[in-house]
Formats: sequence, structure tokens, C-alpha cells
Amino acid sequence: MDLGSYLTLPFADHALAAGLLIALICGTIGPFVIARQMAFAVHGAAELSFTGASAGLIIAGDPVAGALIGSVVVAGIIGLLGERSRERDSAIGVILAAGLGLGVFLLSRYQGFASAATNILFGNIFGVSTMQILILGGLALGVMVVMITIYRPLLFASVDPELAEARGVRLKLLGVVFLVVLALSVTEAAQIVGTLLVLSLAITPAAAAQRVARGPAVTTLLSIAIAVIATEGGLLLALVFSTVPPTVFISAISFSSYFIARLCGPSITRRRRERLGHLVAASADHHDHA
Amino acid sequence: MSSIEILGLNAGYGERPVLQDLDLATQPGEFIAVLGPNGSGKTTLLKVLLGLLKPMAGSVLVDGTSPKPRNRVVGYIPQHRGFDRDLPIRGRDLVTLGLNGHKLGLLRASASERALVDRALDQVGALEYAEAPVGMLSGGEQQRLRIAQAILGEPSVLLCDEPLLALDPGRQSEVTRVIDQYRRTHNATVLFVTHEINPVLPYVDRILYFVEGRSVIGTPREVLTRETLSDLYDSPVEVVRVGERVIVLAGDEESHSELDGHHHHDHGEVPSPWI
Repeated sequence: MDLGSYLTLPFADHALAAGLLIALICGTIGPFVIARQMAFAVHGAAELSFTGASAGLIIAGDPVAGALIGSVVVAGIIGLLGERSRERDSAIGVILAAGLGLGVFLLSRYQGFASAATNILFGNIFGVSTMQILILGGLALGVMVVMITIYRPLLFASVDPELAEARGVRLKLLGVVFLVVLALSVTEAAQIVGTLLVLSLAITPAAAAQRVARGPAVTTLLSIAIAVIATEGGLLLALVFSTVPPTVFISAISFSSYFIARLCGPSITRRRRERLGHLVAASADHHDHA
Repeated sequence: MSSIEILGLNAGYGERPVLQDLDLATQPGEFIAVLGPNGSGKTTLLKVLLGLLKPMAGSVLVDGTSPKPRNRVVGYIPQHRGFDRDLPIRGRDLVTLGLNGHKLGLLRASASERALVDRALDQVGALEYAEAPVGMLSGGEQQRLRIAQAILGEPSVLLCDEPLLALDPGRQSEVTRVIDQYRRTHNATVLFVTHEINPVLPYVDRILYFVEGRSVIGTPREVLTRETLSDLYDSPVEVVRVGERVIVLAGDEESHSELDGHHHHDHGEVPSPWI
């Protein structure tokens, strides 16, 4: 079966649509994940969605709802426990360890078919239902609306918190809102593409974009573009080479983009600096106002 | 009219006020150094003046109004903290955020906002590196950008929270000079919190010295004496003058000493005229 005929099948269309939506939200939150040093929060939220899914499965037979509600709870706890990144990291570590233990316990009590919960950990992008696409679409819309609304103060708070606070930016509120957005995005993404892939979509594209882009807006757009290319490219390659899971291609493309950006970054930066024709450090002599 | 008017201020966190019964009246154009050990109330005072901390008692007026965080009457220069080299923010972006970063939405700046940012960048001599990523700039250049965002709205009061921390002596005098120049051209009051008096001594009109919430204020000659400081610390304090420098030896504290031994004369450390 060739690629063209695959693309007429609903499971392939669903995968591509889900991939696009996930790439969009992961690419958008990525630069903030890096600026706020929250890579570990992404990891924690992704793995803890397993606990939420197990709880959801036992209580209501619905792992997805459980994971989403659980992620908001987790975001709230992390937000309350740790304001600074160092405190936050230990808080996440503590919750992660306890949460996974709880998840395993819950799953051991469950009599039914446990793959509904374990799917949260490993994802199944070629098994996305129409309903899941709709939920994902609504969530992506919500995430984008919130991110566009808080973009500027969040950037300010991430770049220079002391200054932002002095200018009346509510650091704590913004921090919790972003954590909730992050946890929801990561959880939703994890159940479709798996925990591993969430990391390579929420962090790697932004890290690559930062190496070559100048200015926050360009960085965000480039981060989204790399995430989309990696996801859709990876899915298409997986349809062609059907013995290899898409995860492999997606993480490979994503990592390659980072590798290339690291190689090209220094020369782009150097050329840019030369074009600006100046500096760095010598300016003390040029501006003797005394 | 006083630029800052504080009467009977008590302020702090929880039950215990850090600042006790503080009175302060400053004149426009005054350069006031705020000294004292850690936890003595310096930062608490700045927080009150920024409107981030409500007074427990007393009244605080800045230019005749109660402090509010978004008030452009006050400009704020925080401690120097380096930026990550990869941070995708240019100097201009940082200064623009200082102007409108508290507003919701995407990054947009009107023509008038851009003009304001340009003028502030020009005033601190940062225009030529405004397009470079902040993480690639030197500490002194980064502080100039923070000064630029502080003076955007032409504030009548500049609050500086240890802006020289972690800068080498050459950069320290560079940053101090830029702040002093703004004070002169705009007749602004400068409140300059610092651990090291020597880089700012040539510019200082008065010193506000805190110890455990108590304070004295006066000219450097009045405050930096053995008698005044021993009284304030309630224990013997030595004030030593080494060449152009003043060193306060308070108990186990050497709060203003620069005993590092390498003075960067080529950066033009200005001699203190009053010693």
C-alpha cells in the first residue's frame, strides 16, 4: 500500500490532525518551558498523567478525563509548593515519585484491561478516535487563546521576574496559569504520542529555535514550525516504512533540527554580531557621561 | 515639595515589622545611598515605595501620591542578574517589556512607545547594542538596559536595589555614572541601595543607614563616623579611611569594604572629594 492510499484512511488522517494540534501547542509552550526552566515539570506532568489515568479508570472508567483532571491537580500542587525553580524541581520530584507509586497501586486494584491506562504512558497515535480529535481540538483552542492572552506578561515574568513584579505583573498567578496550561497540554499530548515524544516536542523544537532565531516572536514561530515538521514528517515516514513506529521518526527529526541548530547557531550569531558592527563590552569608553 | 515623604512608617512581613517608625523626606535631585547589613530593612523600604508591600502603620507619599506598582513616578532598577546566553530576547525587547510588559496580549508596541524606548536607549548609551540578544551583553551593558527601562516614563524617583552587585569596579562606576547623569538632567531623587559605598560616594548627598530597622540619615561626613555608627549598631564600630575609600568595620561585618586590592584605575574610579 503506498502513501497516497494510506492518506485516504481515517486512522492516518486522524493521526495527522492530532499530530498537527499537538505540535502547535507544544511548539507554543516550548520557549516558555525553557525560559522558566521547567523541563522537569514537563517530564513530571507527562508521567503523572499515568496516575490520573489510573484513578479515572477505577473511579469512572474514563482514563482520559482522569488524566486531564489529575494534571490540573498536579499543576496546582506544584504551583503551591514551589515558586522558584530549585524549590519547584524538588517538589516535582517528590510528587512524581509518590504519584507513580499511587498509580501503580490503583492499576493493581483494577480488574479490567489495563492498556487504557498504559496507553497514557506510551501513546497510540494511529489509534486516535474522532472524539479524541474533538477533545484535542477544543483543548488546543483553549491553550492558544490563553497563551495569546498572557503572552506578553508571561514573557516579562519569565525574562526578568523582579522587574515584572515591580511593574505590577502578578508572578504567582501567571505561574499557576502557565503550569495548568502546561500540564493540560502535556497530558493530552502524552496519551496520543506518549511521554517520550512529549519531551521531544515540548522542549527540543524550542531549544533548536533559540539557537538560531532572534527575538521572542520569531523564536516561537520557528519552534512551532519545527514541531509541526517533526510530527507530520515523522507520521508520513512511519506510513511509508510501516515497520518502524512514528515515535522514532518524530524524535529523530526533532533531534536533528536541534543538532543542526547547534552547529549553525554560533556562525549565525557571529555574523549577526558583525552586522551590528560593534561591542561587546567595549562600550564603557564610548559613553563617558561624566 | 518633597519627592518622597515618609512619616512613622512600620513595614515588614508577618507579625514583626522590619522597619520601625521611619521618617524620611527627600528633595528632588538628591542622591541618597541606603546602607546597612542584610535584613535591616533596605529592600523592605524599596518594596513599600514600589507599592508591593502595604505599610503596617504610617504614611508614604511619592511625589504626593500613594505608591502603586504601575505608577510611572517611580523607576526601578533591580539587582544585576545575568541572562542566559540563549535567551531569545534583544535589549530593545527587554526595555519595551519594561514599558508595556504588564499588559495582556502579544508583543505589540505603538509608534509612540517605540519612540519612547529609543529615547531611553539613547539616554543610557545602549542604542548601538539594542538589537543584540541580552545574554550576549556584558553585565554593565545589561544594567544600562535596566536603567533604560527604569527611566522610560521620566520618573521623578529612581529606586536602585544593589544595581552594582556582581559587577567589576569598572562597570560599577560606569553604571553609577549613567544613573547620576539621569538624576542631574531630570532633577530626580535617587535612592541607591548598596553594600559598597565607595563606588557611589562621589555622588552621594545623604546616607540612610539601617541597622535592624532603626536608621540614621545625614551627609556622609555625619553618618560615616565611629560615634554615629557605634550608636546605631549599639556596639563598637570602626570607620577606617584608606586612601579614597571608606571602610566600616561593624562587629563581624565589613559591610562596605573593598579589600580586594585590585583597583581598576584605568576605569577612572572617581576620588571622593570630601575626605
